[in-house]
Amino acid sequence: MPDIHAPTKNQSTVRTLLRLWPYVRPVRTRLFSAAFIAVLASCLGLLIPLVLKWIVDGPVSDGDPGGVWLGALVLLLLGVAEALLFGLRRWLVARPLAGVEAAMRADLYRHVQRLPVSFHDRWPSGQLLSRGTTDLSLVRMFLAFPLTFLLVNAVTILVGFVILLSQEWTLGLVLIVPVVPLVGLCSLFETRYSLAARRAQDQVGDLTTLVEESVLGVRIIKGFGRHRSQARAFGSLARELRGTELHKARLLAALWGVITAIPELAIGAALVLGTVRVADGGLSAGTLVAFLSTALALRWPVDSIGFLLAMSQEAGTATERFFEVLDEPLPAPSLNPPGVGGGKGGLPGATPPDPHAGPAAPAPRLRGSAPDPAPQTPEGLEMPRGAGNCATSHTQPADENLGIRFHHVAFRYPDAPSDSPPLLSEIDLHIRSGETMAIVGGTGSGKTTLTALVPRLYEATGGRITLDGVDIAGMPRDELRALVAVAFEEPTLFSASVGENVLMGGGDTDDLDRALDVAQAGFVRELPHGVETQVGEQGLSLSGGQRQRLALARAVVGRPRFLVLDDPLSALDVHTEARVEAALRDVLRETTALVVAHRPSTVMLADRVALLSGGRIAAVGTHQELLRSNAEYAWLMSGAGDEGEER
Amino acid sequence: MTTTIGAERQADPEEPEGPRTPPQDDPFDRDALPSPAGATRALLLDLLRPMRRRVVVTALLILLQQAAVQAGPLLVAYAIDRGVPAFREDDYGPLVAVGAGYLVCALGAGLLQYAFISASTRVGQDVLLDLRGRIFRHAQALSVDFHERYTSGRLISRSTSDVESLRELFNEGLQELIGVVLSGVYICVVLLWLDWGIGALAVASYAPLHLLIRRYRRRASRAFDARSTAIAAVIVKFAETLNGIRPVQAFRRERTNDEEFQKLNHTHERTNGDAILEMAQYVVGSRLVANTAVAAMVLWGAYRVADGTLALGVLAAAVLYLRRLYDPIDRLGMFLNSYEAAVSSLGKIAGLLAQVPTVPEPERPVPLPERSGELPGRRVEFEGVGFSYRTGGEVLPRFDLTIPAGQTVAVVGSTGAGKSTLAKLLARFYDPSTGRVLLDGVDLRELAVPELRRGVVMVTQEAFLFSGTVADNIAIGRPEASREEIERAAKAIGAHDFITRLPDGYDTDVRKRGGRISAGQRQLVAFARALLADPAVLILDEATSSLDIPGERAVQRAMHTVLHGRTAVVIAHRLSTVEIADRVLVMEHGRVVEDGRPAELIAGTGRFADLHRAWRESLA
Repeated sequence: MPDIHAPTKNQSTVRTLLRLWPYVRPVRTRLFSAAFIAVLASCLGLLIPLVLKWIVDGPVSDGDPGGVWLGALVLLLLGVAEALLFGLRRWLVARPLAGVEAAMRADLYRHVQRLPVSFHDRWPSGQLLSRGTTDLSLVRMFLAFPLTFLLVNAVTILVGFVILLSQEWTLGLVLIVPVVPLVGLCSLFETRYSLAARRAQDQVGDLTTLVEESVLGVRIIKGFGRHRSQARAFGSLARELRGTELHKARLLAALWGVITAIPELAIGAALVLGTVRVADGGLSAGTLVAFLSTALALRWPVDSIGFLLAMSQEAGTATERFFEVLDEPLPAPSLNPPGVGGGKGGLPGATPPDPHAGPAAPAPRLRGSAPDPAPQTPEGLEMPRGAGNCATSHTQPADENLGIRFHHVAFRYPDAPSDSPPLLSEIDLHIRSGETMAIVGGTGSGKTTLTALVPRLYEATGGRITLDGVDIAGMPRDELRALVAVAFEEPTLFSASVGENVLMGGGDTDDLDRALDVAQAGFVRELPHGVETQVGEQGLSLSGGQRQRLALARAVVGRPRFLVLDDPLSALDVHTEARVEAALRDVLRETTALVVAHRPSTVMLADRVALLSGGRIAAVGTHQELLRSNAEYAWLMSGAGDEGEER
Repeated sequence: MTTTIGAERQADPEEPEGPRTPPQDDPFDRDALPSPAGATRALLLDLLRPMRRRVVVTALLILLQQAAVQAGPLLVAYAIDRGVPAFREDDYGPLVAVGAGYLVCALGAGLLQYAFISASTRVGQDVLLDLRGRIFRHAQALSVDFHERYTSGRLISRSTSDVESLRELFNEGLQELIGVVLSGVYICVVLLWLDWGIGALAVASYAPLHLLIRRYRRRASRAFDARSTAIAAVIVKFAETLNGIRPVQAFRRERTNDEEFQKLNHTHERTNGDAILEMAQYVVGSRLVANTAVAAMVLWGAYRVADGTLALGVLAAAVLYLRRLYDPIDRLGMFLNSYEAAVSSLGKIAGLLAQVPTVPEPERPVPLPERSGELPGRRVEFEGVGFSYRTGGEVLPRFDLTIPAGQTVAVVGSTGAGKSTLAKLLARFYDPSTGRVLLDGVDLRELAVPELRRGVVMVTQEAFLFSGTVADNIAIGRPEASREEIERAAKAIGAHDFITRLPDGYDTDVRKRGGRISAGQRQLVAFARALLADPAVLILDEATSSLDIPGERAVQRAMHTVLHGRTAVVIAHRLSTVEIADRVLVMEHGRVVEDGRPAELIAGTGRFADLHRAWRESLA
């Protein structure tokens, strides 16, 4: 998956981390106050050695008990102030930082939900999940510690050096010498560590994907007794991750080792020099103690730079991974060209502003290098907008335009090899208003894809589709999907009650009963809590046939103007199927429908049938007509003419 | 994703997690599987046991490292009390010794730091590898009904977020802990040696610190438990949305989902903030104690110097150590932070690992008897088998059934009649509540997994494809199979044509074009997989539901040769399957109500005759 593991572009960590600004902005006051307080607390800490010096050189040398008490009191006050400031800093940022993490996660979720289906075909969900969880907590930790403490440490070190230099500039200079090699070392470390961190995060994503698949496919793994080989595959991925982590650790260890040793060497040199000066009488013992005490107080700020940098690197790559998803352009909403719809990259102006708008995400950036998701049908954007325009561009009478029309529709998957023929081409089909059209075709002929074009789950790559004369490319997606209801071949129920699942298709409680009747889903009334029974991943498991009937009820409950049914009865037994068909006829009379059919019984629901073959509509007619006139159709519907027809 | 389960399955209503739902008794809902008391600690010890020696070595490394680092102030004291007077008398020896000592300590500290980080990460990573493997293998050993209730999202949460918090403990925490404890002890000892009064004060200051730590741990563990549950709920919702992205978009669920997600996300945000605030309280308290102690010790030391009972250099060294004594307090906080987070995660992992597989592998497996003849089939017997789901409601009342070797049995009946349950008992996805399922006279429960899977293989209507190529997916049936064998299996079932038309043929990555392989084609791949496995008993549960008629015919034609001599149980709504069956069972409400040869039943007046007539009509 080279498109997912792509640390190829060489963005600096700083630049990547700067992209967090829109999320940090709302909490900037608190964050900056906290940083300021942390600096203050650190400086207070640096004052303590000065007080010590005063105690040693003053009251202690003079044998002044009152002075000693005063010194201790000052120490205590400084200590209390330091403690309170530390606490204040954490209190200031605790909630806001949790908020930043949550806002980023909400944006990711919001964005991912609206990305085209072709994006999801490409991205394993484990990769998306790991970006939404592990990576974001890295970002939060970065904001909590490295961001503040890199600043605090820099200031502390700076102030510390000022104090050191003012106390004894010769000794101070000795301590400054090692700064140069350390800076060089840090930047060398930065690039290497960043690559390793990115690799580790990608490997965590792969691991997540494997775990998820092993649950979703658990029946197959168990059915074939393959849990050991699955565990082996997992083991080798986990070992790869361990290797990367060890590599990271070695880098960090080397950096930390050097960062520990070099300043210590400098302090040693300063000690020797200082002792000589004290012996010479050029320096008081108290000054040397204070000097070394200050130098030692700077040890932790210097030492910690190693892991603070490491955390920043990890946060940088995590941010990069986060924005890789967020940068995926949302499909052009319709009326507004991309970018005009506001920074949220959300839905068009026609829809109400999102009540949960977190900090505005940066406007989706179209990256030329990124693999293109569903093509944006640029011609679609330039098309006349709205029904009126569309109608005038055609000279046919208005009712000719009613219903669903495919005009020279073509489609190829965005990631299909460029030399392969398009999956669908030159599709011209008119489903008249109120008509039910069945789509028949061999396995893998593109029937499901064709139906997915109507609610724009995929965008047609050529031609256009009109509903009652209105080009769907010019319709806001929400509006379009409110008009078109779909029942998928693989019925997915969500973690909610049966009633909620069905009413996702619109309608109210009365409609619910009607829809359940149509779909012959009376079984729900016998469930433990009737329509209130929880189903879906976290609820009661239903059989394939039961789920299919609920999915069908969901499609018809809102009395949609246009209905798309993808082999809606495949998992039903013959009796149920017959009853569903009878009830469905009434529904289909009131709507314009496209039904994918595998068998004659489903075809019988339709007024006319279209045969999809070789990516084109090969024939249109009634079931009987096609049976007589089209050999391929006859073969598909009955197996007649099949050389294997021996029984 | 759920599977086919009888409608009669009764279950407590299972509410999604969230602030609005009242607490329920079902541990699955609260994401709090019970684990025996002390399981968390036992798990941690168990994980560390093989690392004993390396943990000791790591501890030694940090011990030496601390010795090197903490030598500094002693050298300062030596330099001031001995070096200065000696130098004044032109004796450079002590000063040279101080310089050399510092050089050795500095280099030693650096090298030891490197060695320690490398070694401790290795220990940590090995523990994580072990733990990840345990979670994965255990989850794989747990039965299908466990997974139906636990959800993939939670399992992901266990093996990512929860393991991650353990990683933090090992990466940062272990080092902090060893460093903190050692430097604390070390400095206290040095202080006691320098001056008993200062040392005693230092030791005494640990009492209030200890209380603070205890309070923090108690409160933080609650906060972290809540946080870990909250993030799991977030992951579950996230995963569910990703897996159902088509209906999500088609039914414009985005905004409702945003709202629901926001609730879960907000709960996590709140618990996350709570956890951070606990830390803030601890930091204030510990700093207060530390700084007060420093002031007290300086006061004491200064008095003693004024008395003349303490050398100035010693006070200087003591003061330098004091600064360091409480330096690690914040780091201790960070350690406690990672520790509590890790403990709460480990608790959840322990709960998962404590789940006993309801379909365990036998301890002393029994081999299947040698096949009597040439033919691959084996005899299947259900002996007094009854079955009810754990949550109640009897699905299959007690029944007996024998399927002779080589017979093909079609099982028909309305949705929820118990057909799938029957199949799952035979495939040993579940064990019967009463009675036994026998394969050539051997209880399925006594068969080792490889033997069981050579014996029985089931193809379901949900044809899930794993990441990898089409060939990989077929090879799941028999991993050691050659490419020729894979292609032969695909050809036999009529899948070869469409596979060769894919961009890279058998080497096409299904994940890249996973959405592009239609449901019918996926079923063909699943069939090829089963053929490749070459089992004695083949179960087909609605395995052709998404195929078109020619595809189904092709499969049936293939079945003629494939099933020859094999024992087969075929569940199908479409009675075309019956054409290849030697025998038909009609099930209703968990009972077999008709049993006979297809022709006999069709000729009769029973339910099957009825069904068959309806089916013929549907083909018209």
